[in-house]
Amino acid sequence: MRIKSQASNLREPDLSRRRFIIAGATLSGSFLVGLPLLGLADAEKASEGSSRIGYFINILENGDVIIGNHQPEIGQGLRTTLPMLVAEELDIEWERVRIESMPLGIVKTADGYTWKYGPQGVGGSTGLTNNWTHMREVGATGRLMLMQAAAQLWNVPLEQCTTRPGQVICEAAGKSASYGELVRLASALPLPESSPALKTMDDYRIVGKAHDNLEVRDIITGKTKFGSDIQMPGMRYAVILRSPVLNGTVAGFDDTATKAVKGVLDVFPIEGPAPGAPYFILAHGVAVVADSTWAAIQGRKALKVEWTQSPNREDSSEKFWKENLEMLSGKGQIVHDQGDFPTALAASSKVIRHTYEVPFVSHAPLEPQNCYAWVQKDKAHVIAPTQSPSGASRSANAVTGIERDNIEVEMSRSGGAFGRRLTTDYVAEACIISQKTGWPIQLVWTRDDDMRNDFYRPGGTHELVAGLDDQGKVTAWSQRLASGSKYYRRPDMPDEDLWKPELYPDDFPKAMVDNFRLEYFHNFIGLPRGSWRGPAHVVNAFVIQSFLDEIAHETGQDPLALRLELLDRVEQQPYSSHGGPVMTPGRLSRLLKFVAGRIDYGRKRPEGRGVGIATHFTFGGYAAHAIEVSVSSEGNLTIERIVAAIDCGFAVNPNAVEAQLQGGTIDGLSTALELEITVRDGQVVQKNFNNYPLMKIKSVPSLFETHVMNYDDTPTGVGEIPVPPAAPALTNAIFNTTGVRIRRLPIADQLRKKMRS
Amino acid sequence: MINFHVNGRAVQFDGDPDTRLLWALRDTLQLTGTKYGCGIGSCGSCTVHVNGKAKRSCITPVSSMAGKSVTTIEGLAGTDGKLHPVQQAWLEHDVPQCGYCQPGLIMTTVDFLQKHPEPTNEIINTNIDNLCRCGTYVRVRKAIHRAAELSAREK
Ligand code: FES
Ligand code: FES
Repeated sequence: MRIKSQASNLREPDLSRRRFIIAGATLSGSFLVGLPLLGLADAEKASEGSSRIGYFINILENGDVIIGNHQPEIGQGLRTTLPMLVAEELDIEWERVRIESMPLGIVKTADGYTWKYGPQGVGGSTGLTNNWTHMREVGATGRLMLMQAAAQLWNVPLEQCTTRPGQVICEAAGKSASYGELVRLASALPLPESSPALKTMDDYRIVGKAHDNLEVRDIITGKTKFGSDIQMPGMRYAVILRSPVLNGTVAGFDDTATKAVKGVLDVFPIEGPAPGAPYFILAHGVAVVADSTWAAIQGRKALKVEWTQSPNREDSSEKFWKENLEMLSGKGQIVHDQGDFPTALAASSKVIRHTYEVPFVSHAPLEPQNCYAWVQKDKAHVIAPTQSPSGASRSANAVTGIERDNIEVEMSRSGGAFGRRLTTDYVAEACIISQKTGWPIQLVWTRDDDMRNDFYRPGGTHELVAGLDDQGKVTAWSQRLASGSKYYRRPDMPDEDLWKPELYPDDFPKAMVDNFRLEYFHNFIGLPRGSWRGPAHVVNAFVIQSFLDEIAHETGQDPLALRLELLDRVEQQPYSSHGGPVMTPGRLSRLLKFVAGRIDYGRKRPEGRGVGIATHFTFGGYAAHAIEVSVSSEGNLTIERIVAAIDCGFAVNPNAVEAQLQGGTIDGLSTALELEITVRDGQVVQKNFNNYPLMKIKSVPSLFETHVMNYDDTPTGVGEIPVPPAAPALTNAIFNTTGVRIRRLPIADQLRKKMRS
Repeated sequence: MINFHVNGRAVQFDGDPDTRLLWALRDTLQLTGTKYGCGIGSCGSCTVHVNGKAKRSCITPVSSMAGKSVTTIEGLAGTDGKLHPVQQAWLEHDVPQCGYCQPGLIMTTVDFLQKHPEPTNEIINTNIDNLCRCGTYVRVRKAIHRAAELSAREK
């Protein structure tokens, strides 16, 4: 099945370009960030002077400081880490910090919409890096204005004023005043022309030190409101029965039994996109609106819907994997070709070739999608767990026709996201239902809705080929991939660009191997796809780090030595995709040597025990794992020990980095162990955690070390970086223990089957 | 009409008696600390206590609550705001990431520690099967041990 993309006015944030684009951003493309921001705030604030300095800082008389947070919190700890930056430069005690949520801020200009508070949205591990300078400048400017106010008040030169936490002091005049006393004066001052100089590393009191999550107390007492917890006066609950078959449409339905369910208030069809076309919402279906979640769910159970024949009704995983192999036997699109791969391969003393399969997987955040929306005549209010509040605003605008300045978008805390909440299909659905009924609506997705209506991480079949010289040195390398591209159904996406989110040419081993080729084949299976934490890096790291071990094994080399030899070939390489502009292989070597040392990689282990290592560069950050496993003669696998290390440049909040390193590692392992989305008769087979079994505490070893290793003074992202090396470290350990090479994920029962046969 | 107690308060439920306790708590009583994750009893995020024992409220009909006493995450800390030892341990180890699974995990752990006041890793592994998609398990394990310590001290 092959359907051309159709034009649409939906533009999702494009992670590979590492920016969040507001449709119709100013012509110059510049965003209002930093000081101009404060300027806007200046124009809005009360003339009397207020307790606010700009949008982000609110200093109370008692000395508490409320810091605004304008970014989504999806579990990555940004709502603690960003205030740390403001607090550091503003010079306040961390204990005085409280946070408040800011809504989406967009401003209509002659050129279209632009940001009010700076870009908002998280993806591609950019939540911290995009705000690193901006948030520190907000704090530093606030501090300067407080000092200016004090200088004026005491009639002393500004140069004689300085601060200690929460206070401006002037030793020469023997004066001091708290920020709370000065803020009204400060807030009325004209804005400084530019931000004052920022602190350097040696001066940090807050940044770089471990801080606990500011909201942990609310979370553990049940006070935190996630999206699904939003309850408003007059609110009704809605669920949708979506087409079980990919791209099916509603031919007709009988809602007699549904309407007989007590509490059901309304039933109507929801129109989805044409097959293969870009989408605001994912599927056609029938909405059931009720006065409680239970009634809505019961009403939906009673619905009888007749679905049309979908063009995808014969899609199946079996067919997908078979087609991939068929494609790989032919010629694909050469998307990168450096040196002379065919000649080098022909001239090599040894050729190694293996094929790997990596499945489709689901995001499965523990809080399913949901959205509160109230669409009135010419305004709308949306509260959603989202990574892309501007995407939510665009979706709401597209389906309701209401001007974006009249759509208020708030972000609730998200119960996980992992890339799923970059798309805002559920926002569009909630808006459609609210507009149709006129009621404030809480749209509820049940777990099976979530698992069967995802933008899955693309599955694919990879053929890796290496040519080696008589010394066992790699001289030629190619990766040939047949997959369902993430860019499938993107608006205005030419077929020849479909490979771009699947293969990253600047990745390892481009700079290390002269003759290097990448070849792509697209499989148009109807499963929707999207960005899953670390996107293609997770997939490619598994394939490449497994293949390196295979090369080492087949040429009698040590897997660690082979990797180091390759990584040591170049000092630094240009890196043009997200995470660049350069990649420093030595940073991978450092981590690899470190984790190998910690786990005593070279030590001979007793029968049934083994270790594996892997490393990968993702979106600017570096990570490595060493994993020790034991495998029983029956093929039962136990992860005995994990050593995980990350180099994220500079860890702003080492506590949050450690949490991501633990969670990211577990995500990588959990997915590799058991997780796969399959399709039969055009339908997603998995419906809930009983057949999509996430890892439980019993599989996580108590020997689990994390090492956060700084490199310089500039932070990189963190959330996605630890995921990619985890799975290949595990499968390399399995090989080291048993001689069984896992070339298909998930591992599932492969080991048991192989060991018993 | 079903009469029972929630967090010490007498409540009456007059809706569909088949309604799952989870939705009665969330929609009707507006106690949204108890979360929906799967609806089939497999993730544990909806865990509450019924007469002091952990129960997955997503598969528990409210009709079975007659005369019983339910505690949710909102009712776990003392009325003076003093955290339960399990919550205290969670705070000390800064366990949550997104936080969605945590109320259920905490309620599960409170019951677990009543049965296993001196848990080993082995006992934790065989008894705690809640799902945490963010993978906070490393800290969960540490916090469980810490909570056992704090609880022993309180006795
Ligand atoms: S929601 Fe009840 S166990 Fe998952
Ligand atoms: S903290 Fe996010 S699911 Fe557990």
